[in-house]
Amino acid sequence: MDKVYPSPADAIADVPDGASIMFGGFASAGSPTNLILAIYEKGTSGITGIANNIGLGDRLDMLCEKHQIKKMIVSFAIRASARKQSLFEQQYVKGEVEMELVPQGTLAERIRAGGAGIPAFFTPTGVGTVVAGGKETRVFDGREYVMERAITADYAFIKAYKGDRHGNLIYRKSSRNFNEVMATAARITIAEVEEIVEPGELDPELVVTPSIYVSRLVQGIRHDTRWFA
Amino acid sequence: MTPVGLPRELIAMRVAKELRDGMTVNLGIGLPTLVSNFLPEGVNITLHGENGILGYGGIAPEDEWDQDQINAGGQPVTLNPGASFFSSADSFAMIRGGHLDLTVLGGLQVSAKGDLANWAVPGRPGGAIGGAMDLAAGAKRVIVAMEHLTREGEPRILEECTYPLTAQRCVSMIVTNLAVIEVTPEGLRLRELAPGVEVDDVQHATAARLLSDHVKVMEL
Repeated sequence: MDKVYPSPADAIADVPDGASIMFGGFASAGSPTNLILAIYEKGTSGITGIANNIGLGDRLDMLCEKHQIKKMIVSFAIRASARKQSLFEQQYVKGEVEMELVPQGTLAERIRAGGAGIPAFFTPTGVGTVVAGGKETRVFDGREYVMERAITADYAFIKAYKGDRHGNLIYRKSSRNFNEVMATAARITIAEVEEIVEPGELDPELVVTPSIYVSRLVQGIRHDTRWFA
Repeated sequence: MTPVGLPRELIAMRVAKELRDGMTVNLGIGLPTLVSNFLPEGVNITLHGENGILGYGGIAPEDEWDQDQINAGGQPVTLNPGASFFSSADSFAMIRGGHLDLTVLGGLQVSAKGDLANWAVPGRPGGAIGGAMDLAAGAKRVIVAMEHLTREGEPRILEECTYPLTAQRCVSMIVTNLAVIEVTPEGLRLRELAPGVEVDDVQHATAARLLSDHVKVMEL
């Protein structure tokens, strides 16, 4: 089955206002920049975004220019030491966007659980802190754990290095990060890749994201991502 | 007047003496990152970055920058032979699963019980938790490297933290510009003094009682 779409704009054309979207990437590595730029152009609004980071230097922050983001579920957003405010921070301070701040490992595991049919799990991370507020806790073998719920989304926008027409993906270096788990946890996963190859060209032993998780594939152009903390 | 004590590089150098050959270590952003510059001779460690990288080397020279090959601070890094890449879910399985021998984190406050606060200050919006809560909860050993006092001269080591917590009872050792302090079941134990610093200086700069029966001068 050929899952290749002609352009990023075509691949995201059906994303409605109010959609929940996972965005892969970590700082400069593995951001689905072509898909983010396409959703920026399209002007989709009311987005609930799920991402590791949003802030200065992140293309995702651009979506705040047109107030496209309603809420972010995110691990790294507003640094007290940052030299200037990101658009997201400005809008957060004014109460224009919502934020659910999640420890990074809990975010990754909530997404993994979402993709794996596990509705909730217990983790030691965050016990006794604000992130455990209002959540069920349990003691296992003498240690306290907090229950965290799985996350799924309408769409996942991910970035891989190469993909075949069936949607098998491999990644480049540390750009795998959140892309690999997000690919599993959305109703429609859209992957932008640097190179599209024919089925059979990727060594099956080395496929990282099997095609079953990927709905659409699109060729991106490489963007330099400048990132500073 | 509290003495100045050690510059940041020497705090990092003292922390580096806690590293043992063969350890897998995660170094937090900022001061902890400097620790890898001072590995004792014959000590080889494996550096873990929570963004999904194991076995990275130093910061990459500018002409070798690769935006896809970074540490968790977003810095382009070099790779050592035997390095590997993996997803964020695997990376935090390593952390929570107790596979890391040690993490060195920056701190804003540490309590007498070893509670850590290092991700937010009261009165500032939002924040950036990143991997700190998972690292503090999951690593076998947590060392905090920080300045002993805030810029305003307030103690960072207190009976109870007043900033939002990162994790409870997680810190085993605090290394500052003034001293090395161990968190023990009996309380905070002052172990070492920076050169030129007296026990009274450290106690004066600390808002928790220090046990100080076996104190020596730091060897750097």
